[in-house]
Amino acid sequence: MENGQEALIRSLIKLLAGDSELELEGVTLTAKELTLSLSDLSGLPAVTGFVPGPEPMAGLVDIGYTPSVRTYPGKIREVILGSTRGDGGSRVRSVAIGGASTPPFHLFEGTDPHSPVVAGSVFDIVPPLPGPVKESFGDALEDPCAWAKAWVDRYGADLIDLDLISTDPYLKDTPVKRAVSLVEDLLQAVDVPLIIGGSGNPEKDAKLLPKIAEVCSGERILLSSATMNMWEPVAKAAQEFNHVVLAWSPIDINQAKELNRKLMGYLPPDQIIMDPTSAALGYGLEYSYSVMERIRYAGLMGDRELQCPMASGTANSWAAREAWKRDPGLGPREYRGPLWETTGALAFLLAGIDLFIMLHPGGARTIEDIVGWLADGINPPTFPDFIGVGH
Amino acid sequence: MTKKKLGPMNLYPLLPRTNCGECLPKTCMGFAVQLCERGLTLGNCPPLKAPEFQANHDKLEALLAPPVKEIVIGKGEKEIKVGGQLVMHRHELRYFNKTAIFTTVDDTMIADDITSLVQETSSFSHPYIGHTLKLDGITIRSRTGNAENFRKTVEMVAGLTDLPLILWSSDPGVMSAGLGVAGDRRPLIYAADESNWQEMSELASSTGCPLAVHADGNVGTIRSLVSAISDRGVKNLLIDPGCGFGEALPKSLDNMTMIRTSAISGEDSLLGYPLIGSPVTLWDQGNSLPGEAIRWMESCLASMMTIRYADLVMIRDPSMWSTLPLVVLINNLYNDPRKPVSVEPGLRVFGTPDPVTSPVLITSNFALTYYTVLSDIEKLNCYLLVADTEGLSVDSAVAGRKFNAQKVADIISSSGISKKVTHRTLIIPGLAARLKGDIEDAINWDVMVGPRDSAGIPAYLREKWDGVDHKPGWSYR
Repeated sequence: MENGQEALIRSLIKLLAGDSELELEGVTLTAKELTLSLSDLSGLPAVTGFVPGPEPMAGLVDIGYTPSVRTYPGKIREVILGSTRGDGGSRVRSVAIGGASTPPFHLFEGTDPHSPVVAGSVFDIVPPLPGPVKESFGDALEDPCAWAKAWVDRYGADLIDLDLISTDPYLKDTPVKRAVSLVEDLLQAVDVPLIIGGSGNPEKDAKLLPKIAEVCSGERILLSSATMNMWEPVAKAAQEFNHVVLAWSPIDINQAKELNRKLMGYLPPDQIIMDPTSAALGYGLEYSYSVMERIRYAGLMGDRELQCPMASGTANSWAAREAWKRDPGLGPREYRGPLWETTGALAFLLAGIDLFIMLHPGGARTIEDIVGWLADGINPPTFPDFIGVGH
Repeated sequence: MTKKKLGPMNLYPLLPRTNCGECLPKTCMGFAVQLCERGLTLGNCPPLKAPEFQANHDKLEALLAPPVKEIVIGKGEKEIKVGGQLVMHRHELRYFNKTAIFTTVDDTMIADDITSLVQETSSFSHPYIGHTLKLDGITIRSRTGNAENFRKTVEMVAGLTDLPLILWSSDPGVMSAGLGVAGDRRPLIYAADESNWQEMSELASSTGCPLAVHADGNVGTIRSLVSAISDRGVKNLLIDPGCGFGEALPKSLDNMTMIRTSAISGEDSLLGYPLIGSPVTLWDQGNSLPGEAIRWMESCLASMMTIRYADLVMIRDPSMWSTLPLVVLINNLYNDPRKPVSVEPGLRVFGTPDPVTSPVLITSNFALTYYTVLSDIEKLNCYLLVADTEGLSVDSAVAGRKFNAQKVADIISSSGISKKVTHRTLIIPGLAARLKGDIEDAINWDVMVGPRDSAGIPAYLREKWDGVDHKPGWSYR
């Protein structure tokens, strides 16, 4: 096919992929077989071509291989969490995620500027936790700041996620003032970027999260979370105090898109991270996996409302009874539970997740190791010291 | 150009077009749609079997051939199919033929160890939403390189199990000895490489067994091997591009993705075969990790290979803690995404409940939640209300306000439960505890907060339900 024709066909495909109306008048296409495939993955034709090589090897003719490489018109936005002293915050480093221009770990198509990161999960009061998690943190669980420090100092977490679950009016109804002072303590206790979450109660979160945004002014935290029920107060606070919003949607690509559109009315798009919900392995993981894949490919194919990096509450994996049940027939809990969380994380890693929020250090270290190997391959494993703890 | 998308109009002209009504859609156009979506196969059309349709049948078969060939390993009841994939992503249609899991014995193991590994593999079973998850086969590996040792080991394993087998040796003489005792069971010959491909092709050709092609990390070599071997008439192939962690991981993962992308998007028929992931080779790599850490990494690697298109994985042993996450993951990813996530809201009756003494429970209509609860209470006499939470699980539905007092009131009135029981006590999930007061106000029933996990329901009822005065005599079936 001649270059001119190829360019024409490419622009036709682009037009069609954008749902634009198209009229062909006085155009003669001489390409022998012109196929316009409009599945969401094939906005542009794959580029293939095999290089023949007549080199014989042990009676074999080496016929070579050229990978089928695609180009992707869209790019995932880069989002920065945490602000250092130089930038008006107090974090020792900031963390950049996103920036991908190819599907996750399609290394033959291109490498991404940033590797996925892991946040260690802590709570303001100790929720029912599985044995292996309790054993990994011991007494530190009693104090959220000590819990967070253990994550950073012992287990090398990139970020800390503090969920203020006790603020729920139906749980302890901890006053906003007290919750805010815990966040101030946490800022002193650890120097990594922070994710601060409410209880999920929309009325209380609407009061709590703006106050958190205010006391964390300058720190560029991730506010968790905005939902279709309650997004405006979070968006306003993030805009005023320059934070990032975690946009939560219930395994539904259309809701995810709609919420992003609302938030983008208030916020620059690089202040949004999406959480499309991470269902537990065995309890709907595949629905999360496919929604994540569809979101990522839609972003790469040019949907600007879905070009935000994605976060996963991977700790949800522990909701699966196979992860924590005392059942000798299922094998030792100290390995089984953390591996359950890790396996979920691996599925989401390959579906495009950029930020993991995890409960067990063994799983967190495994993801850090694997991400490191995929980036440069040379690091020795760090996970073995942290699995098989507790029972 | 990307592969031309197959539509019903490509198939319809080749069908009898009589609308004879012998298939379920009753019309030829409906049948063509079902063929495209792989809901039905050509065998579902009786008139196509007539001699005058032979040519059309062959054309249809060629049009419907998946870009990744479907291969059969084993014979008889336990035979498995691998491959047959049409799409890169499950959301585009679905994945077919679940990734098969094979455990591995070798000819240096003592008989007792082989026996117990084979038995554990055969008896591996885990109940999961209405069916039983199992393992698929046994790999027998030659480590000594001695043909007689291999023959004896294969003979022993073949006598222990009727599961499909993989015979693993790069030495054609050793392979021949193994095939001598198990060749009639259609094992997978593993594997042809650059040094042995001519002899291995001969063995595959003479026994009719499928053949794996192996070239560590080099896709060009794999294409060359597939081309040469298929020229000799051996067409039932699988591909193993190698598998490792640490420094080897990027290439291991990338080769799988590249090969499947070329097969499906690039129409490279030389790569259109099922893929093998072999994380069992981690145990060979002389690394200094403790045993449980290798097992952990083997499981992680098997999961990653599975997500990136492996149609068959080989692991060392069926240790429950490391194998169960993999088995469940495979089951999840190969689930048909066209099936609904939710079940019908409404009233479900278990056993023979009594209007005075039987409890009324409530849960969400998310399919996985519902089936989990169902498996925990199906032996009880009780009523279960399934609320319309729009397919969300209880905890997500509580957070997202899809499970609230109004929804509970709706299902109480639409189900007619008030006419089925004389008491007015509802047991709500522990994960919805915070809604107790709201629900009581909305329905004017007593609300008891049940366990957070439905596995605790029988014990909960034993302790809490018997003790309440208006519910004596509640019993198990």
